[in-house]
Formats: sequence, structure tokens, C-alpha cells
Amino acid sequence: MNLNYLDFEQPIAVLEGKIEELQMVGNANDLNITEEINKLRDKSNKLTESIYSNLTPWQIVQVARHPQRPYSADYIKRMFTDWDELHGDRHFGDDHAIIGGVARIDGKPVMVIGEEKGRGVQEKVHRNFGMPKPEGYRKALRLMEMAERFKLPILTLIDTPGAYPGIDSEERGISEAIAQNLAVMSRLRTPIICTVIGEGSSGGALAIGVGDQLNMLQYSTYFVISPEGCANIIWKTVEKAPLAAEAMGVTSSKLAELGIVDETIPEPMGGAHRDIEGMAERLRGRLSEQLDRLSSEPIDQLLERRYQRLMSYGNP
Amino acid sequence: MSWLEKIVPNVVRSDAKRGGGSKVPEGLWKKCVKCSAVLYRPELERNLDVCPKCEHHMRIGARARLNMFLDEANREELATDVEPIDRLKFKDVKKYKERLSTAQKNTGEKDALVAMKGELKGMPVVAVAFEFAFHGGSMGYVVGERFTRAAQVALKENIPLVCFSATGGARMQEALISLMQMAKTSAVIERLKQQGTPYISVMTDPVYGGVSASLALLGDINAAEPGARAGFAGPNIIEQTIRQKLPKGFQRSEFLLEHGAIDMIIHRRDMRDKVAGLLAKFTHKFVN
Repeated sequence: MNLNYLDFEQPIAVLEGKIEELQMVGNANDLNITEEINKLRDKSNKLTESIYSNLTPWQIVQVARHPQRPYSADYIKRMFTDWDELHGDRHFGDDHAIIGGVARIDGKPVMVIGEEKGRGVQEKVHRNFGMPKPEGYRKALRLMEMAERFKLPILTLIDTPGAYPGIDSEERGISEAIAQNLAVMSRLRTPIICTVIGEGSSGGALAIGVGDQLNMLQYSTYFVISPEGCANIIWKTVEKAPLAAEAMGVTSSKLAELGIVDETIPEPMGGAHRDIEGMAERLRGRLSEQLDRLSSEPIDQLLERRYQRLMSYGNP
Repeated sequence: MSWLEKIVPNVVRSDAKRGGGSKVPEGLWKKCVKCSAVLYRPELERNLDVCPKCEHHMRIGARARLNMFLDEANREELATDVEPIDRLKFKDVKKYKERLSTAQKNTGEKDALVAMKGELKGMPVVAVAFEFAFHGGSMGYVVGERFTRAAQVALKENIPLVCFSATGGARMQEALISLMQMAKTSAVIERLKQQGTPYISVMTDPVYGGVSASLALLGDINAAEPGARAGFAGPNIIEQTIRQKLPKGFQRSEFLLEHGAIDMIIHRRDMRDKVAGLLAKFTHKFVN
């Protein structure tokens, strides 16, 4: 089993393994086996295409959580220039599960807020696995209010298994921190574009997810409770998570149908992690264009539209 | 007439059968879940469903709550036309539709929130209450929409909004539509705040998840009944995550007060007086 591939991707892993072997043999013996390799590559691409055109919601959840999937920091590095990270909530501390700062996208200054899971054990622990505590959401709020003062549009990147469920989180008012963000984001006088890049889990995702435009990457996921959590409540076992994912409709296509998601941004064949440069470039392009469109709108009109959209959620 | 009876509104004082919502089993006696005292029901009801022995605040239905809070005169129920929709055709071991109709039959309510415009000691107010017996008081479209419409009445007429929450959180059978009710209710509360229309949030046992992380903690005043449990993540989830036992009293209203999350704890028998007194000061009036 190749750990860089998910269980339903293992047939692709087998082919890719063969290609690698052939390349090594070819290099060592000076043999021309390009044709053979091309044939296999073609086969692997077709297989990937056929597997990825029929993903179940649960499989999409797994792609969204793929250990090699690009995280906020990966996108920030590639999509922006002139990046200055800003730290701290000014009350308690600096939460590493949320990255915030000012940067430029195509020359335009913006405020960027992103949830960051961290790669590798050490960084994951440092980032608390992408589970923000109250100080993380309060840092985000501080930066977003600053963005309003300096007329900087806000771009948020959502990727979290949820707000941190712990004693310290509760003691410092995690509920209030999330609620405050929802309230204030509904009226900030600057365009807000939110993009789910991986896992959008419940209130911890929504807390940086209220705005004028909601994007989802094709294989990202957004849910009110994790499929495991839902399965545990209904079926009393996490084994039924695939059923829960199916029932809740956690994918971009389903959520676009419900009118919650505005745009699904296509991913490279086999998921964003197969071509991070390409994915970042495409996302940058979409964000830049959306930014131009929203920035040209009179701000009062933008705010009224944001409010009416919030009021319409769930209406028949 | 005792001092307690004097402060309790007539409608509650009467021994007549109360409006729907109170999920007390039939029978003349009820055992207190906290101190196990066996209590005579009419007496318990006279005491606003607070155990006279140990002061435990029992869960009460939405209508019973609004009955004991609002003046008897000039009540008008709001947003009654909002009904649940099964947008996702959600099905697990049972269909969501079936779960809804069972809950409707058991509680006599269409969904888990009742909203009313009325008066509190002669002051106009909009008051909403969660029905915990309906699907654990969970917030889906109807709860979010009714709350929002009630808040819009408060906004338009510039009269205070009071909310009594009792809920397990967002309703997972409505998936992301439930989650978005958090954003919706928070947005309308923010408009009240910008306009200077008071909003008082009273948390009653229990308040968790998506409701706690939106409308329940956005009050100008956040209050709770004694002993009410409120928090973002349930105690089981936290214990599983951190693999340690939680301290005694964790997430109870006394804990919330100590950690600065709420302004005060209000005993059920003081609710009308206390809320009226606060609102009167905020609106520069005197209580009758």
C-alpha cells in the first residue's frame, strides 16, 4: 500500500510504481523505453480520470483531508507577493492555527486570513492540527476590522477539522469568539471572499466564512458536523461515516445546488495535491477576478446584497 | 397569598393544565432529577418548575416559558407560517420527515422555536423561546428563520428582543442550511446592535454547538439560569479529545460567570423583574 495514495487510488499507485521502475531500468541500461512509459502514463491518466469522475461524497472527504493536499501556507506562498504576516489577538496570544497578514495579489493590497493544519508532526502540533482557539478567531477579527479601516478586501482560506474542543477553549469563550466573527463579518465595509480549500468543518469554518462570495475547490468539503460525528450520533459508530457523508451532502456540487456555494473551482486531475503550482495559479486567477468585480461595486450595494443573501439562507 | 405567588403571573399561578410544550409525564407527582425529592405537580408548577427543595431549574417548554415571562395581555405569535422543509431528503435509519412528524405530534409544535410579540410589565418586547423537547431544540431553517423574523420585528419597531435558548446545537439533518442559520441570526442581531435596540440572551439548560456559537452569546446582556450548562463542544467530545476528566461544574452557568462569558445568573422567579429592570434602563423608562 502506497501511503501517498488513498485506498481507492491504489490501482493508480500500482501503475505509477511501474512507471517509476521502468524509468529506473531505462536510465541504468540506456534503453529506449519511452514508448512503453508513455503507454503506461496514458493508462494511469485514464484510470485517474475514471476514478475521479465517480467519487462518492466520502471519497471526496478523504481527498479534502489528503495529507499532501496544499494548505493555506502553500497557497499564500504562491498566490501573493509582498506578504507580511501579522500576529496576535492583543488579549491572550497568537494562535498558529490561523495565519493572517497583508499581501498583494496581482499588485492589489489585500488582507489574508487562512486556517492552517501544518505539515509534518512537529508543525502539526505547532498549528494544533488546524483547530483554532478563541485567540485565533479574535486575531482574525482584529485583522478584518483593520482591513475595513484601510479599505483592504479580505480573502479567507478555510481548512479546519473544527474549532478546538478543549477546556482552555471553553474557558476563553470559543462560542463567543465565533459568534462575534459571524456578526461583524456581516457588516464589514469591505469585500470579503471566502474559499474552502480543504475541510470546512462547522462553526470553526464559518467563523471566517461570512462574506460576499463563497468558493469551494472541487474536492473540498463543507459540513455542519463531521461525517464521523454524525455517524456516531445516528448509528453509534464511526464506521458509518460514508453514509453520513452521503446523507448530509458535504460536497461542492451538492452545496451549489442548495445555493450556498457561488463557485466551484476545478482541481487538477487527481486532486489539488497532484499539481499544487497549477492549482494555486488557477485559484489566484479566480480570486483576482472576483476581487475586481466586487471592488467595483458601490459598497452600500455590496453590503445590502451580503445581508439579503444571509437572510435568504434556507428559504424555499 | 404568599410573596412568591404575588410575583408569579396569573396564567402560571392557575392550576389549570398549561399550554403544550411542557414535557412532564402525566401524573400528579414528579421526581426532581437532581435531589430525587418527590414533588406534587401543582405545587411544582406554582414554583415555575423549580424544585422547592433544591432549587433545581427543570426544563420547561417554549410556550410555558413565554407564558410565565410575558404579560397576559397583547400577545401575538410571530412567523407561524414558517414550516420545516426537508431540502436534503435526509435519511438515516429513519427519514427526517418521519422524525419531524413524530416531534410535531409529541410537542404540538411545528418546530423548535416559538416567537411572540408581547409586553413585559407593560413594555413592548419581542420574546422567543426554544422548545428543547422538539428534536433537542436543534436549529435548522425554521428556528433560524423564526428567530430572524422576530428580530426583524424588533428592529423595525425598535423594541427589545429577549431569547430563551435551550438546544443541543445545529440540526444535522439540515446540514449546511443549519450552519448558515448561525450566520443569518448573527447578522440580524448585529443590526439590532448597530441601531441600539437591546437584545437579551438568557441561556437555559442546555445550550451547545451552533446556537451557542451564534445567537446565544451575542446578547447586549448574556444571562443564564442557575446550573444551566452551556458551551461550544459537549463534555463528551472534550473528554475524548483531551483524554482527561473535566473539572466539576465545568460549563455550568456559575463557571460561565466566573470566566466572563455571561453578565449574570438569573433565578427563574426573578426573570420578569430582572429583565424588565434592565430593559427599562436601556430604554430610559421606568418599570410599572
